[in-house]
Amino acid sequence: MLNLLLSRLATAIPSIVGVVVVTFMLTRLLPGDPAAYFAGLAASPQAVAEIRTKLGLDKSLPEQFVAYVGDLLSGNLGNSLSTGQPVVTEIATRLPASAELTLAALLLAVFIAIPLGVLAAVKQGTWIDHVCRVVTTAGVSLPVFFTGLLFAYVFYYLLQWAPAPTGRLDVFLSPPQHITGFYLIDSALTGNSETFWGALRQLALPAISMAIFSLAPLARMTRGSMLAVLGSDFIRTARASGLAPRTVVFTYAFRNAVLPVITVLGMVFSFLLGANVLVETVFAWPGVGLYAVNALITSDYAPVQGFVLTMAVLYVALNLAIDLLYGLVDPRIRLDS
Amino acid sequence: MTAVPTLAIEDLSVEFRTRSGTVKVLEHVGFSVERGETVALVGESGSGKSVTAFAVMGILDAAGRVTSGRAMFGGADLLALDERDLAEQRGRELSMIFQNPRTALNPIRRVGRQIADVLVRHGGATRGDAPRAAIEMLKKVRIPDPERRAEAYPFELSGGMCQRIMIAIALACRPALLIADEPTTGLDVTTQAVIMDLIGELAGESGMATIFITHDLALAAEYCDRIVVMHAGHIVEAAPGRELFARPRHPYAAKLLAATPGETASLESLASIPGGLPDLRRADLPPCRYSERCERRTDACAQPLPRRTVGDRHIVACWNPL
Repeated sequence: MLNLLLSRLATAIPSIVGVVVVTFMLTRLLPGDPAAYFAGLAASPQAVAEIRTKLGLDKSLPEQFVAYVGDLLSGNLGNSLSTGQPVVTEIATRLPASAELTLAALLLAVFIAIPLGVLAAVKQGTWIDHVCRVVTTAGVSLPVFFTGLLFAYVFYYLLQWAPAPTGRLDVFLSPPQHITGFYLIDSALTGNSETFWGALRQLALPAISMAIFSLAPLARMTRGSMLAVLGSDFIRTARASGLAPRTVVFTYAFRNAVLPVITVLGMVFSFLLGANVLVETVFAWPGVGLYAVNALITSDYAPVQGFVLTMAVLYVALNLAIDLLYGLVDPRIRLDS
Repeated sequence: MTAVPTLAIEDLSVEFRTRSGTVKVLEHVGFSVERGETVALVGESGSGKSVTAFAVMGILDAAGRVTSGRAMFGGADLLALDERDLAEQRGRELSMIFQNPRTALNPIRRVGRQIADVLVRHGGATRGDAPRAAIEMLKKVRIPDPERRAEAYPFELSGGMCQRIMIAIALACRPALLIADEPTTGLDVTTQAVIMDLIGELAGESGMATIFITHDLALAAEYCDRIVVMHAGHIVEAAPGRELFARPRHPYAAKLLAATPGETASLESLASIPGGLPDLRRADLPPCRYSERCERRTDACAQPLPRRTVGDRHIVACWNPL
């Protein structure tokens, strides 16, 4: 298992290097002159040149790259041009908001999709199987931003069941003491039930819109994978040995069927990281996605760079975690490496 | 001496519902196995050997349906038991081993655990004792270094080793009946003999009855007391092994023997059987499903299939036996 961890870590390093190069190039090659934008419309050419020198944009690309990597190594992602704040701090304060939303959506999706998929496979052709098919078809045909808008319209505007889609917490509530950065966890830890429910109410709509989309591929893969495994020889052996149906379905079939589900889980998670950008915009969620969109609109390249880099590192870490999870479930992978 | 047979199958018929119609996979199949006896079920692929076994075990595909018959085992009709009661019997009183042992074992569970699962399920051991009992079973099927092998996964073991594990799982609770469905297919010849000897020996020790499903007549003759020949879902002939080899009465059985390499027959003299199995979805299947391939066919063959006793425990389903 340690070998697996080390070998996967080694393969992750080139990915990180590639990401560093690409983020640097991307922001340099994008149209628009940050210096001109920052200086403002009325600025004189001298002022623009001054700002350019200050930002180090007058140097050659390799020089800029060396400076960039040096900054990265010292944990400096630059400052946002529009807020003047260090990008690292801004991302660090906003990341928990995105993470809480994404993880809540993913957990919700997993807790619905996997039992649904398993049941649909075990009781193939019954009503639960049809429910599964309807849910998965509906799920993939509804893009996240659409469900998000629809939910906000129906549950906030029409029914007024949900609070206004204006961020993580009602303005009248104060955020909980910072422990993990996750409002639900922090408020639960500090026993602040008012904030907990407030945060949950705000989280519900965006999390559900993201969960609806992501549970479709999960349920479909769980069902398909379970069906394939239930038809395999070793399940016949297990049944012929008289093992209890519960043992056959969970201990024997599900543990084997879970591997492709883990793959899809990784893909769904990556997708949710991207979908954050849309959902955060719809619900004014103060996460990194919204931050990146605003930065992109204003050609503020340091936050964009920081965002892409953060996301890329998350993707790599995610894939690493998925690989390790594989190793935990499947001894063949663990012992191969 | 008329002992009560361990398993008596009577008039077993099975249908499969498919998109292209109902397939009558088994029709009026009947034979029995006595305590300590080994009966071979032989026939070409698709003749219904495995379906017979699956029906008795209650592990037919969802599309399969038993339309008639009884399978008397230990005073109860297995075909009439509900799934719960049948699951109690499976693995404890009647067990089955399969071909392709490497895929027939759970790939991600240690083999010792797989044996222990069956023991715990049927009360053969407590959860605490099960690992040790599993190692005992591995010793019994003569797996060297059983303590270490119990910790292995199927992909770390050879095919022959996996089949021994299968046997250990099947015999863990000392069943009265073992159904071995082509247990040596996919194993090399020397391993085949070892596995067959092992099954025979363990069956002899406990007086277990064995049904051995194979398409290999030579293997059947070597290891089995009686041979039941199946063709297209019918039993065409049943006889003690030696007698069947000496004097096959059904034209199909005779052709099958002529197609079996032995000590006397050279490969060049082996004959193939003309024609193939009839399409079992047809509505106009003749009573004798071999008649369309048969050289001895007469008008009498249009009558319902007979069941003629032609010798001591020798039965043939043919109007014009050899």
